[in-house]
Amino acid sequence: MPEHKVLLSLRGLRKTFDTQEALDGLDLDVFEGEFITLLGPSGCGKTTTLRIIAGLEMPTEGSVHLDGQDITHLAPEKREVNTVFQNYALFPHMNVYKNIAYGLALRGMDKSDIKRRVNEMLDLVQLEGYEKRMPSQLSGGQRQRVAIARSLILSPKLLLLDEPLGALDLQLRRQMQQELKSMQQLLCITFIYITHDQVEALPMSDRIALMRSGRFVQLDTPKGLYEQPHTAFAASFIGETNLVTARVEAIKEKEVLLNIAGFTLPCYCEDWLTPGENILLSLRAERIHLSALPVNTPCRVTGELIESHYAGGERVSLIRLMDGQVLRVRATTESEAEPELGSTVYAWWNQLSGVIVRDDRVSS
Amino acid sequence: MTKKNSPWATVYMALVLVLLYLPILVVVLFSFNSNPGRTANFQFEGFSLQWYKQLLDPVTGYGAPLRTSLLVAFWSVLVSAILGTLGAIGLVRKPVRKSLLGRAGNVGLTLGEQVAVLPIMIPEIILGIALMALFVLLGVPFGMMTLVLSHVVFCVPYIFITVRGRLASLDPGLEEAARDLGATPLKVLTSVTLPLALPAIISGCLLAFAMSMDDFVISFFVNGPQTNTLPLKIYSSVKVGVPPHVNALCTLMLATVFLVVAISQLWQAGAHKRQEHRDKAGRVKKLAAKMLTKPTKS
Repeated sequence: MPEHKVLLSLRGLRKTFDTQEALDGLDLDVFEGEFITLLGPSGCGKTTTLRIIAGLEMPTEGSVHLDGQDITHLAPEKREVNTVFQNYALFPHMNVYKNIAYGLALRGMDKSDIKRRVNEMLDLVQLEGYEKRMPSQLSGGQRQRVAIARSLILSPKLLLLDEPLGALDLQLRRQMQQELKSMQQLLCITFIYITHDQVEALPMSDRIALMRSGRFVQLDTPKGLYEQPHTAFAASFIGETNLVTARVEAIKEKEVLLNIAGFTLPCYCEDWLTPGENILLSLRAERIHLSALPVNTPCRVTGELIESHYAGGERVSLIRLMDGQVLRVRATTESEAEPELGSTVYAWWNQLSGVIVRDDRVSS
Repeated sequence: MTKKNSPWATVYMALVLVLLYLPILVVVLFSFNSNPGRTANFQFEGFSLQWYKQLLDPVTGYGAPLRTSLLVAFWSVLVSAILGTLGAIGLVRKPVRKSLLGRAGNVGLTLGEQVAVLPIMIPEIILGIALMALFVLLGVPFGMMTLVLSHVVFCVPYIFITVRGRLASLDPGLEEAARDLGATPLKVLTSVTLPLALPAIISGCLLAFAMSMDDFVISFFVNGPQTNTLPLKIYSSVKVGVPPHVNALCTLMLATVFLVVAISQLWQAGAHKRQEHRDKAGRVKKLAAKMLTKPTKS
C-alpha cells in the first residue's frame, strides 16, 4: 500500500525534441513503496518521462527530485534508479551471471559477495542453473527475468519498467504480471511501470497516471479511473464505454437532469455545468442493463435492438435511441431471455454508473 | 532467385571470371617454372621452387622491402584502428542526440561519415601528389614517417566503415543500460561498446592491412631513399622485363591477401550470424542469411 512519504517528485517537466513538444508540463509525486503506472497511447510521452527520471534524457524545463534531492542534471550512473528496458538490453557478450553481476562488479564489490547476491537474485527470478547461458540462448520470458534481476540486484530506490511485458505472449504476460507485482510487494521497491495496455495497468497498479500528448489526463487509483473518469478520453481509453450526448435541463443541488434522446433522467452533478448545454455522459457497456419490460428506475431510456452477438460469457447488444445514438451493451449470458432484434427494449442503469465527462475528444 | 538464369548468363559469367583470373593464374604457374632464363615467363619447362629460394637471397632478395612493408602496414593499421574506431563510435553514438542533419541524418551516411570515408573515393594519384606536396611544404623528411602517415589516410576509412556498420546494428539501449546500471561513459566504452565492436575492428584491420601491403601509387610519392616497400621494389625490378622471381613474390602476396581477406570476411559473417541469432524479431532475416551463408559454415 502506498505510504505517504514522497520518493520522487516531478515538477513542471517539459521536453521538446527539435520543434516537437514531447512533454508539456508534468507534475507528479510518487510515494515510497508505490506501484504507479504511466498509461497512455504510443507517443504520449510516457517513455520520455521515464528516460528523464532515469537520466537518459534531460528535460528542457522542470525538475526531478528523488528522496528530496535534486537529480535533474545528475548522470544516470549516479542515480539510485534502475530501468528494465522494453527490449531487455541484455549484454549479448556476457552470460546470465555476468549480466546480473554487472552493476555490483562496477561498484567494486567483493567477488564472493557478488556471487551470493547473484544467486539470491537467480533464486528470486527462478533462473537457478542458467548462470552460464548467453542471452541468445534464452527465451523472451527468461531474458525478461534476467533484465529484472540485473536491475533489482542494485536495490534501487526506484525501479522503472518500460513496457517490460510488451514482447511476451499473452499467457506469459499474465504470469509475469503477477510475479512482478508480488516481487514488488516482497522487496518494497517503488515501481514506475509504463504500458499502453489498460488491461495490464488496472490489476497491478496502486495508482495510474493516464497520459495524452505529453500531459497527465488523470492521476487516480485504478478504481477511481474506471468508475469516475474525468474526461471522454479517460473514459474511452480504459474499458469499454458509451459516450452519450445529453443536454442539461436543470441543475438541482446535487443532481442534474439530463435529456437523452427525449428522456429526462437524473445524474450526479458536476459543478462546471450550465443549463442548456450539451454534455457527454460516460456509460460503461457492462453497467447498462436491458429488459423487454419497463423497469421502475429513473435512469432509463428506450431504443430499438439493432444487433446482438453471443460472445461466450457475455452478449454484446447495440441499441439505437430515438435520436440515432447507439448504445453498446454487454450483459452476462445467464440473464433472462434475449429480446428479439428490432423490438423496443428498455436500457437502464444505476444512477452512479452515469458519469459526466469533459469532452476532450480530438475533433477530426 | 525468382527467375531461372539463362545459359548465356552463365557463359558470360564464366568469361568474366576467366578474364579476371587467367593472368593471375599465369603468374602463379610461372612462379614454379624451372626454366632458368629471364624469358622464363614464356616457356614452362617443369616444376621448381628456385624462384622462391631466390627471394630469400640476402643481397638481391626481398627481405628488406618485405620488412619495410610489414612495418608500415603494422603502424598504419594500429594508428588507423584507434582513429577509425573512435571516429565510428563518435559519429554513430553522438553524445548529443541531435545531429547537424536532424533526425533524418540517421539514415545512410551522415555528412561527418561521408567526410570520413572520402579518402578511399579520391583517386590515389591525387592523394599521393597531395600528400607529397604537403610533406614537402611542412619539411617532413621522406621515409618511414611519411609512409605511415600516408597509409593511415587510406586505412582509416576501411576500419571506420566496418566498425560503423557493426555499431549501427547494435541496440543503442545496451549503452544506456550500462549507464543505468552505474557505468561511467569510459566504463561503457571498455565493457560494452569495444567488446561488441571487436569483431568489426579486427576485420577492418585485416582489410586495412591488406590495402597497406598492396599500396603502390601513394607509396611511390611519399617513400624515402632508405624505405623501399614491397610493391615499389617489384616495380623497380620489372622495368627491364619481368624477372621470374617476381612471379614467386606475387604468388606469395596473393596468397597472403586472399587469406587475410577470407579471414576478415568469415569473421564478419560469424559476428553477423551471432548477432542475428540474438535478434528474435528478425526471424525472416535470419532465415535469409542462413540460406545465403550455409556453405561457409564457420
